[in-house]
Amino acid sequence: MTDDTRVRDEGFDDFLDAVEAGEGFYLECPDGHGSLPPRQVCPHCGAGDLGETPLAETGEIETYTTVHVAAPEFDDDTPYVTAVVDFGGVRLTGQLRDAAPEDVAVGAEVTPDVARTETTGERILVFR
Amino acid sequence: MTGVRVAGVGLTHFGKHPERTGRDLFGEAADRAFADAGVDRSAVEGLNYGNFMGELAEHQGHQGPLMAEAAGVTAPATRYESACASSGTALREAVKDVRNGEADVVLVGGAERMNNLGTAGTTEALAIAADDLYEVRAGMTFPAAYALMARAYFEAYGGSREDLAEIAVKNHDNALENEYAQFQRAISVEEALDAPMVADPLGLYDACPITDGASAVVLVSDEYADDHGLEAPVAVTGTGQGGDKMALQDRQYLARTPAAERAAAEAYDDAGVGPADVAAAEVHDCFTIAEVLALEALDFYAPGEAIGAAARGETTRDGDRPVNLSGGLKAKGHPVGATGTSQVVEMTRLLRGDHPNSDAVDGDVGVTHNAGGTVASTTVHVLEVTE
Ligand SMILES: [Zn+2]
Repeated sequence: MTDDTRVRDEGFDDFLDAVEAGEGFYLECPDGHGSLPPRQVCPHCGAGDLGETPLAETGEIETYTTVHVAAPEFDDDTPYVTAVVDFGGVRLTGQLRDAAPEDVAVGAEVTPDVARTETTGERILVFR
Repeated sequence: MTGVRVAGVGLTHFGKHPERTGRDLFGEAADRAFADAGVDRSAVEGLNYGNFMGELAEHQGHQGPLMAEAAGVTAPATRYESACASSGTALREAVKDVRNGEADVVLVGGAERMNNLGTAGTTEALAIAADDLYEVRAGMTFPAAYALMARAYFEAYGGSREDLAEIAVKNHDNALENEYAQFQRAISVEEALDAPMVADPLGLYDACPITDGASAVVLVSDEYADDHGLEAPVAVTGTGQGGDKMALQDRQYLARTPAAERAAAEAYDDAGVGPADVAAAEVHDCFTIAEVLALEALDFYAPGEAIGAAARGETTRDGDRPVNLSGGLKAKGHPVGATGTSQVVEMTRLLRGDHPNSDAVDGDVGVTHNAGGTVASTTVHVLEVTE
């Protein structure tokens, strides 16, 4: 199933839209805890007053792996690098694009974007 | 409050049994547990049953009553789902029921059918233990999640693929005499390092296999055991459960497992023992790095210290505190929903002396550690020989 037939997930798809438009954001509670939509309350402290804070333009790779065995939806994408990237208020998990696996390193600076998977054409959060 | 005794335990063979249904597997494990317990199945007042992915593997929901039928019991039955910690959670609730006087005899167990899905199908199914929106749709598989944790661990504390390979070698050695194990086969560090990469730094031999199987335990109150003259020397003296954020990216730590730390602290406190009292442990080594994280969460080692435990011989069969004498998930196998109770089956036999590796246990206290997902949920149990 591709995005064209999948019912949108409110909050999540809005987040991807924003990242794709270069206007990524995260949710922040009055105590400064970051989280990702959709949220009714802060997952860390339960506060209900969540505002949108712009996502930093770049984040730092905190950990990564090259995936050789994937689920069927990512069969044609292998091998690919999955990374967890720290943006300060939140971390994001996505695929690293435009980088050879041997050039990937913890601490490297990357920017978030949205692309399509090779296998199904689904939208996916990526880092470049 | 009454004590809770393990009256009987049962397992199916853990391995590739793609044509066997979950109900068939659980029926066999339960039958063995009743025979071992010497308890009539009509005495059962409740079935707590763990299963993770029955909807995907067998198109089967509502498994409680189905599994009660399979076990030949008429008691009310409830399925517990907490990913790979499903039957550990089922066991914890059964312990509470017996302690509360809600029931004197409870059947606890779990089963999982996986191999009928094949490797790709199983990879897809296991991924539902992760956050669908922010992890699975980003292509994060279950092995990838543990690989992310392994690299974070190496970055924080050091460690190598060789250290992890030593854990796989140890657990394969431990399974050699375990007739229920999927792999009764020794491997070498070189073989482990040369195996195909799954998600680096984790290779094929860092990962548990895809396993079909079931486990069952009959728990009884002290009073029931005494009144019926049951031989049940092992008691569950401590239970603990901990939780954490669902997605790895939302956790405070990528190389520590606070859910397991909390579960362990609660279980030790409940039993009135400490880590130094523990003679042997069965821990959730779905990947080799998971054993390292478990040993640190159980407070056998400080963070960063457990990575070399197998290589140093501290957790091997001849070590001070052997870990995964059953072979662990790595060599014995990991039928997801059956694993939590299967650890209790193995530890009960290790402690009461009828396990092939019982002679490696020097003491009366054992712990079991059962983790769900990337350790967003964990149960820990303390078992003791009390008579
Ligand atoms: Zn907050």
